Amino acid sequence: MEPPGESEVLNMRNFMEKFLKLDRRYIFILVAIGVIIPLIFPIGLPIDITDHVKNIYDAINSYPPGSYVIISLDYDPSTIPELNPMTYAIIRHCFKRDLKVIALTLLPAGPGVAEIVTKECARLENKEYGTDYVFLGYKVGTDAVILGMGEDIRLPFPQDYYGTKIDDLPMMKNFKNYNDAKLVITVSGTRMPEYWVAYAYQRYHIKIASGVTAVMAADYYPYLQTGQMIGLIGGLKGAAEYEKLAGLPGKAFIGMDAQSIIHMLVIVFIILGNIAYFIVSWGVKKGGAK
Amino acid sequence: MEMVWLTISGLLTLAIFSFLYKDNPVYKFAEHLLVGTSAGYYLIIDYFNAVKPNLIDEVFKNHHYIPIIPGILGLLVLFRLSRRYGWISRWAIAFYIGTGIGIAIPVGMQANIIEQIRGTMVETGKVGTPALFSIQAFSTLFSNFNWHNFIIALNGPIIIIGVFCTLAYFFFSKPHTGALGKIAKVGIVFLMVGFGASFGYTVMARVSLLIGRLDFLVNDWIRPLFKI
Repeated sequence: MEPPGESEVLNMRNFMEKFLKLDRRYIFILVAIGVIIPLIFPIGLPIDITDHVKNIYDAINSYPPGSYVIISLDYDPSTIPELNPMTYAIIRHCFKRDLKVIALTLLPAGPGVAEIVTKECARLENKEYGTDYVFLGYKVGTDAVILGMGEDIRLPFPQDYYGTKIDDLPMMKNFKNYNDAKLVITVSGTRMPEYWVAYAYQRYHIKIASGVTAVMAADYYPYLQTGQMIGLIGGLKGAAEYEKLAGLPGKAFIGMDAQSIIHMLVIVFIILGNIAYFIVSWGVKKGGAK
Repeated sequence: MEMVWLTISGLLTLAIFSFLYKDNPVYKFAEHLLVGTSAGYYLIIDYFNAVKPNLIDEVFKNHHYIPIIPGILGLLVLFRLSRRYGWISRWAIAFYIGTGIGIAIPVGMQANIIEQIRGTMVETGKVGTPALFSIQAFSTLFSNFNWHNFIIALNGPIIIIGVFCTLAYFFFSKPHTGALGKIAKVGIVFLMVGFGASFGYTVMARVSLLIGRLDFLVNDWIRPLFKI
């Protein structure tokens, strides 16, 4: 096979130079198409279950009906697309298992989101406020709140979000502190899981599981490796896994088709970009600087 | 009425997306609207969730006067607005930092340093914890050789080698030459893998946000609006 001639190298180099200077708006259009089409026509690509997500699902399945689970919804509207699907799946799974859910938030902008989610889950699973779940709202002072809940939940939360005294809520009469709960799940778009591990797990040894945005997921694997968290749900993929395990397909399950297609698109562009870069560099060496 | 709000939300999303084409007045309008409403929203949320229940209600309704002290400390922070008396704000900040550090150091050390070192050295035996140099994991691998068992057996050794080599890279008291230089280079590989994993997750997160918005535009707004 003969090596390419000088004109062929030049043509190839010119083409690849144009490719490297491709207007990024064409890429935006491709990404938009890659997301919208699977949203309208779902493909149903397979989703593998990871151990970290299954550990949370198995833990919730193992608790007897009537057990308490504390769910801290530490996120605001900016991370709803990633965190709402997993929150819906977790709370609905708890309700299906007849567990009692104590919901709260440690973010000032959290109550708006948390109230909607807990109410909607309760409506879908026919659960009653005060008997099957409570929403404590937001309390300022993250570390003080977590530590206070370890002594008596009435210290940081003497009343719920709606102003009802804790002791007037039927399911809270026999609940004092973490000793009465099986698990704390923190769903967060912030570094709140670190607070829960440091103050609730280290001080009171309550089991912690967390659901976080994909950006943060890599930071929390060390906590899994050391057993300080029993499980981790990372981003939309983790949420889709939980939806699949709980048999509650929702927004994450639908979104995973688009996610997979965009990841493929990104990989293709990275490969093409690198090939173009090396061809242009090679062409410069071969044909001299342009 | 709900459709009106959905339409406003949809149009504002499109206004923000218009920046992808190029900067324009519609995008600027939506951006300033977001900044303004967010500032107002957080101010009200903070007042009604923090200041009112913890200070105003406690003092005037429940007649508990201790919250006046943190209330005054909080007001002292506002002295930062004055060049002449800005130093007074340091008292409140010193109090906040002092108590914060006092509470955080013991548990932070335990969670982020001691437990991590322990997890690198020994088998914790806790759920989801990879066994480090576990004889059982290797015997399982040799008795039933498959990809899953291979990864399980190698997890621990990889963590130990990764921690050792990465720490060597950050050891600056000796030139990175000879054996230390080679170990440090392996450490760089582990760092690059870590950065790559973080970047991959970041791409995934940003795509998830895009999916969420486009899902809203397509399935929550346009399809019900045009009944398609």
